[in-house]
Amino acid sequence: MSRRESGGVKTLANLLRWDVAGGSFLPDFYRTKSMKLSFALLTAIGLAGLAQFSSAADITGTVTLNGTPPPEREITPLEADPICGKLNNGKVFTEFFRVNKDNKGLADVVVELKGVKAENASDSTPPAVLDQKGCLYTPQILAIQTGQKLIVKNSDPATVPMHNVHVNPTAPENKEAYSTKISQPQMSGGADLTYTFPAPENFMKFNCDVHPWMFAWVTVVDNPYFAVTDENGKYTIKNVPAGKYKIVAYHRKAAPNGVEKDVDVSGGNATVDFTIDVK
Amino acid sequence: MNQSPNNRWLHRFAILTALATLALICIGGLVTSHEAGMSVPDWPTSYGYNMFFFPLSKWWHGGNIFYEHSHRLFASGVGFLTTILMVWLWIKEPRRWMRWLGVAAFLAVVLQGVLGGLRVILFKNQIGIFHATLAQLFFVLTCSIALFTSRWWKVREEEIPAVADAKNSAVTDRRYSRMFVWTTVLILFQLILGATMRHQHAGLSIHDFPLAYGKLWPATDPASVAHYNEQRVEITSYNPITAFQIQLQMVHRLVALLILCGVAFCAWRSWRKFSWRSPLAKLSAFWLGLILCQVALGAATVLSDKAADIATAHVLVGALSLATGALISIIAVRFPEAVASTAILKTAESVDLMRAGSAGKMPAAR
Repeated sequence: MSRRESGGVKTLANLLRWDVAGGSFLPDFYRTKSMKLSFALLTAIGLAGLAQFSSAADITGTVTLNGTPPPEREITPLEADPICGKLNNGKVFTEFFRVNKDNKGLADVVVELKGVKAENASDSTPPAVLDQKGCLYTPQILAIQTGQKLIVKNSDPATVPMHNVHVNPTAPENKEAYSTKISQPQMSGGADLTYTFPAPENFMKFNCDVHPWMFAWVTVVDNPYFAVTDENGKYTIKNVPAGKYKIVAYHRKAAPNGVEKDVDVSGGNATVDFTIDVK
Repeated sequence: MNQSPNNRWLHRFAILTALATLALICIGGLVTSHEAGMSVPDWPTSYGYNMFFFPLSKWWHGGNIFYEHSHRLFASGVGFLTTILMVWLWIKEPRRWMRWLGVAAFLAVVLQGVLGGLRVILFKNQIGIFHATLAQLFFVLTCSIALFTSRWWKVREEEIPAVADAKNSAVTDRRYSRMFVWTTVLILFQLILGATMRHQHAGLSIHDFPLAYGKLWPATDPASVAHYNEQRVEITSYNPITAFQIQLQMVHRLVALLILCGVAFCAWRSWRKFSWRSPLAKLSAFWLGLILCQVALGAATVLSDKAADIATAHVLVGALSLATGALISIIAVRFPEAVASTAILKTAESVDLMRAGSAGKMPAAR
């Protein structure tokens, strides 16, 4: 059910409140009429809500990569670390371009709607999780809503002395929010760190000052309509209210400024595919 | 003049302090090369512990914590040595200006410690640049104290004034000594440029040498810079490359060329003026050797994708180049006549011989 209330539902709800407030002071004759009116209003509200729900649509699509990306590099400092090297089997490579071999789908693309009213996450929004495992951040690309909790965990064993979670906001409000908590140590098995960011920002870097090869990027979006493509390059943005919007796909390396398209979900679900070029 | 045993030991202690400072610059260079500056986020404590009691298990195999904590411990050691040097100079040194130079060294090392701490707790890269620059200047200061406490310097201070008055001597050519001074100032400027580059925390802004992105001067328009960032596959959490950083590296390369020419010219002039056997010519040749080594290390830094040990060696040789230039400049300005002599490194007897006009080659009057 969409969290947004349409104007029609609000009007009906206000009418019901008026009616309920006024009905208790009326004589029997009017209370009976009032009860009938309340029932009618309740039914109307229910139907309006259903209409609201049914007018929300999903936007799906696939993001593909066109061109040959630079080859990934072996993270030799990680492998050479006497403790972290033992936590990973074999060679470890960077993952800047995760491309599906079959459909050239590009993972880790943040797709978000523009032209939507800004809205913070509610208290019921489940938190996002950024973990530190094998001396690597997982996932490397994450998207959250303004006001949504981001929990940073340290799942590494006690042999890793500590990680030092360093956040690098660039939006002034985010910088101010974490001016005294730019860098926070986190021991193995220690308490989770919690972040919430008040302002939107693309690809805010999280890094570890103890292990310089560890980094992740968190995009903060000021509305609930966003998604991150999976390993097949696919995404789904659910329950988008009817209307016309801009939809933008961001990839940290290949499209940091985004690739923009128009989308119209007035008539129901829509599919928007993107092709990102790398030279 | 015979140097007293105490003064000899004072001189040796000054040399020890200078060498310890050089080692500290090396460790500090490793901190920045490994991006370890923030690995211990508090100061003067270390993760809440007294710095000197931070458990070994937490930093010895603690990734970047090893570099940062080692740097703090070693810096404390250099601070301790400098304090002893200041006290020793104050008690034993008859020259008033030398006593105050010891105080200046103490104040500088205290300031350096505070700057290092503030850089961490305020997380300001600009402070890191000051910290790096002051480290180089402090090294020059400790080397100068070592020079001024040497027997060689004291002998010349006491014995040479009469020769210094000669107006027709070729060695009193002030343009000659200024040549060393300005080249040394250019090296200091280059070190500041290098510190600025390193504290951008963006890794290498240009990955090829001697060309830059395949050109003599790389494109720095937004589309080109975006392409550079797209193609870069970093394994350390560097910031994205910017046009300013590319231009900074290009200026660094150009100034390196100027320095090479300047030092080569100084060496050539010394050979021509005083012969290749003269002490100043030898010192200039050593200086030129350092600069050639520095150019090679600079190229290697780029070609190795800023390998931490090579980049740190580049910092170290830069410090040595600055100190060598500073010492040569001090000697050339203060004792131009002395450095002309082929006997500069010998004992006080050589001064008597110079006065008698019967030793070595006397430079011809202009």
